[in-house]
Amino acid sequence: MTLLRPFASNDASLRARSQLFADILVLLAVAVGLWLLVVLSHGISEPFNRVTAPSSVSTDPWNLPYFAARSLLRMFAALIVSTIFTFVYATAAARLRRVGKVLLPILDILQSVPVLGFLSVTLTIWLTLFPHTQLGVECASVFAIFTSQAWNMAFSFYNSLTTQPRDLDEAARLLRLTKWQRFWRLDVPHAMIPLVWNGMMSFGGGWFFLIASEVISVNNHVYALPGIGSYAAAAAQHEQVGRLVLAIGVMIAMVVGVNFLFWRPLTAWAERFRPGDTSAAEQQRSVVFDLLRRSVVPAVVGRVLHPGTQFLEWVTRPLGLADNPLHVSPGRRRAGDVAFTVVVCVLVAVGLAAMLQYISHETGLGQFGVAFGLGMLTFVRVIVLLIVGTAIWVPIGVWIGMSPRVTRFAQPIVQVLASFPANFLFPFFTILLISTGVSIDFGSIVLMALGTQWYILFNVIAGASAIPNDLREAAINLRLTTAQKWRNLYGPAIFASWVTGGITAAGGAWNASIVAEVVSYGGHTLTANGLGAYIAQSTADGDFAKTLIGVAVMSVFVVGANRLFWRRLYTLAETRFSLS
Amino acid sequence: MVFATASAPARTPIVEVEHISKRFPSADGSTLTVLDDVSVTLHEGEVVALLGKSGSGKSTLLRTIAGLIAPTAGEVRYRGTRLNGANPGVGMVFQSFALMPWLTVQDNVELGLRAQGVAAEERRERALQAIDQIGLDGFETAYPRELSGGMRQRVGFARALVGRPDALLMDEPFSALDVLTSENLRNELMTLWAQPDFPTKAICIVTHNIEEAVLLADRVLVLGSNPGHIRAEVPVHLPRPRDRRSPTFEAMVDQLYSILTGRDETSAATRAAVASPLTTPLPDVTVGGLAGLVEIVFAHDGQTDLPDLADELSFEIDDLLPLVDAARMLGLLEVEGAQAFLTDTGRGWYTADIQRSKEIFAGIVREKAPLVRAIVKALENSNDGGLRDDFFRDLLRRAYTAEDIEKQLDIAIDWGRYGELFDYDADTGELVLADVAAAISKEIAPGL
Repeated sequence: MTLLRPFASNDASLRARSQLFADILVLLAVAVGLWLLVVLSHGISEPFNRVTAPSSVSTDPWNLPYFAARSLLRMFAALIVSTIFTFVYATAAARLRRVGKVLLPILDILQSVPVLGFLSVTLTIWLTLFPHTQLGVECASVFAIFTSQAWNMAFSFYNSLTTQPRDLDEAARLLRLTKWQRFWRLDVPHAMIPLVWNGMMSFGGGWFFLIASEVISVNNHVYALPGIGSYAAAAAQHEQVGRLVLAIGVMIAMVVGVNFLFWRPLTAWAERFRPGDTSAAEQQRSVVFDLLRRSVVPAVVGRVLHPGTQFLEWVTRPLGLADNPLHVSPGRRRAGDVAFTVVVCVLVAVGLAAMLQYISHETGLGQFGVAFGLGMLTFVRVIVLLIVGTAIWVPIGVWIGMSPRVTRFAQPIVQVLASFPANFLFPFFTILLISTGVSIDFGSIVLMALGTQWYILFNVIAGASAIPNDLREAAINLRLTTAQKWRNLYGPAIFASWVTGGITAAGGAWNASIVAEVVSYGGHTLTANGLGAYIAQSTADGDFAKTLIGVAVMSVFVVGANRLFWRRLYTLAETRFSLS
Repeated sequence: MVFATASAPARTPIVEVEHISKRFPSADGSTLTVLDDVSVTLHEGEVVALLGKSGSGKSTLLRTIAGLIAPTAGEVRYRGTRLNGANPGVGMVFQSFALMPWLTVQDNVELGLRAQGVAAEERRERALQAIDQIGLDGFETAYPRELSGGMRQRVGFARALVGRPDALLMDEPFSALDVLTSENLRNELMTLWAQPDFPTKAICIVTHNIEEAVLLADRVLVLGSNPGHIRAEVPVHLPRPRDRRSPTFEAMVDQLYSILTGRDETSAATRAAVASPLTTPLPDVTVGGLAGLVEIVFAHDGQTDLPDLADELSFEIDDLLPLVDAARMLGLLEVEGAQAFLTDTGRGWYTADIQRSKEIFAGIVREKAPLVRAIVKALENSNDGGLRDDFFRDLLRRAYTAEDIEKQLDIAIDWGRYGELFDYDADTGELVLADVAAAISKEIAPGL
């Protein structure tokens, strides 16, 4: 399977030289990558002792490259796991009728559940699985990043699977492709573009969780992994502002570097999977991808791997054809449905009863009331954040989006801002809060906004730049006043993108509240009243029942708001304010 | 070359379709019948055309033969074995080509062989041979998006034929191509078919183009709609290669035309005593299109041969027939065989001035278009002369899919608005009688 076709150029001698150069560069890059992997995996297999495990890392700047590399390794490990999970989970949800009925709602809920709350729960599991190496804590961190990426990617893949063009599906079935062949020849290629873009977005969101999960405090014990996040945490603890700034610089370099070396080439490569005659409005270009195209290395690698793909095709043949039987006995089908439903319901009921019993035994069901009250406080914060964020960023976003020149300049910056982990900046704001004496009850709104407001801006820019030129010219021609323009053109035109940005920002804000409502700098720790602080505190105390209550209540808030508020706006946006 | 004759004894059947019906759930949960008791047999050595208007279920029938969808009743057999999945003995060519856009021409063609587990070397060889045979050499490494429609369909043919299928199924394979390209491809296909060593033993083509059916087929099955059923089976005994201009060819086309436009005794619309919006859907045409047709017939001295007219305008029946159907429903035209006559109403409508012609049109649709009539009656009986469109959606739900309901409402609203019978506010979904609406707007803006 040759994935990359060699680049064709007219000038043969120039081509030969530039190809040689490209080959050398690509080979060197591969070698360096392998070496790094070996060095880094050494660190992971270091012996580990639960009691003596470090709760902080050194803030020596010379450690930063190594720490950054370890963090990157975690990010990519999570990305790989997320991709595999996406393939398996979404395929099962789309192809298995009964299982899909359960998997899909689960995915929907998981997408809106505050994953940071899970961290402590899973750490216990990982430590039990790998008691003697750092791998346990490492896995917990990777898992936290995974939970921030996987659901979105799985949803995107599921959507692609269910919206496959009917003729391609029919062709695949009539050609009698095996399940394996269909997956790689039709399912994955058709889903590639949305999956890559979604992966890129989720990866950007993952930085936040990387920073939050490198220093895990659970059961009155703090575990620190060598990484950029733990470095920043240690610097904040020791009140070393200069080193904090240095860490931020490295962080920005990482975000930009990964974008340049990995995502840009990947999105440029994914363009080949664009269906039909449609071509993207803007061609995705990447220097790195051009370099790879010039080099013969990818083609050679493809040829080397060819027998492997052949073998896999042969091995998976017994899985059967990608076709469903036409005739199923309705009686048996009904019986299967009933049995499946009963089993699922019984399992859920038993699990729920056991959980409630555990909670009432540990802390009492009254804690639900406490958590709900605190949830209202955090809810108010989220609302304030959305209103203020909208008031500030919508006009700016429209201004940027309507001017192509500013957009070209501002879009990459906003992208970096959106994926820059805001919790990196928390120490600075904590200093500010401590010195000004502003209560964290209000300050936490700003902290939550630091990471999530960009989603509003980002989406509004996209929406505004999609306003058709003729409509804008018509508005000018009709001599509409600014207020009239906003009411009749800009407002309706960006409404759908604002809703998308709003959902993402609100979901992100709930998640961020877990780290934003309790912050510390040096010896000071500020704690706000709110559900996020409740979860963070019970996690640190090792009170599993309370963590469970907190996470459950927060999920109810998020899912409830999505169902009652956002979904309606979404429908309205689609039916009333669609530009097409 | 095989000249299939209807009376040839003991022809070996390849695919047998026996008494199949296909029903889908309609929008309100009751069932819609798309195919009703259809039996077809595809024999060795014959080309069969399934001819019908849109909505006659011809594509559904082809997909049942291909084993892509299951019939609700009846069964489909391939070489005596009941199908329970994609038909193993057929290759299919799609209207939309259905090529994988991310695979090169060669990879696309090889895909079917890869599925059969053919070894890489043989796969390559056979694919190159098929590419060569269908006139694609030189394009092996091109991607489908780099090719023209005609070349893409060639890839579609190569992919379908490389696996040496027993039967070739084609779903309107030429209708997305321009006239010259499709003529060219049709001829090449027939040349292949005439070769004695051509491995495929039967061809079944779905088309809405009468001439195409007569050009290609040994047997034409005419499908009627609502629900889909076989109206007529017409053997075509013309010698090949066939000449479009020969009198026998034209007679054949005329015969098929009059079958397609003739009264259909099995259709629900004819069976019902009174035409209702549920049994008689409005044909999907605009008032402008209708006026255009009437104008053309008027220009032909009020009488025209429909096949000639279609030819003259380079139309296909799918374009022309809904217009003819609508004109007949409204009593603007009368059709006998393949001849269309302008009625007095039609003449009156065309020759009137704009305001008068609107009034005439209003009178006609109010009387003869069942859904428009139903809407006007309901509005007149309502308290304030207005009703929500959801009311009519609910009424239509028993007989149409959600998609068709929207289409029917759109047509009725288009016709009713043109005739100034009622107004429609798309934002609120409110239908209001035109005179009521006029009175309201006068009240709101007395100064105007």
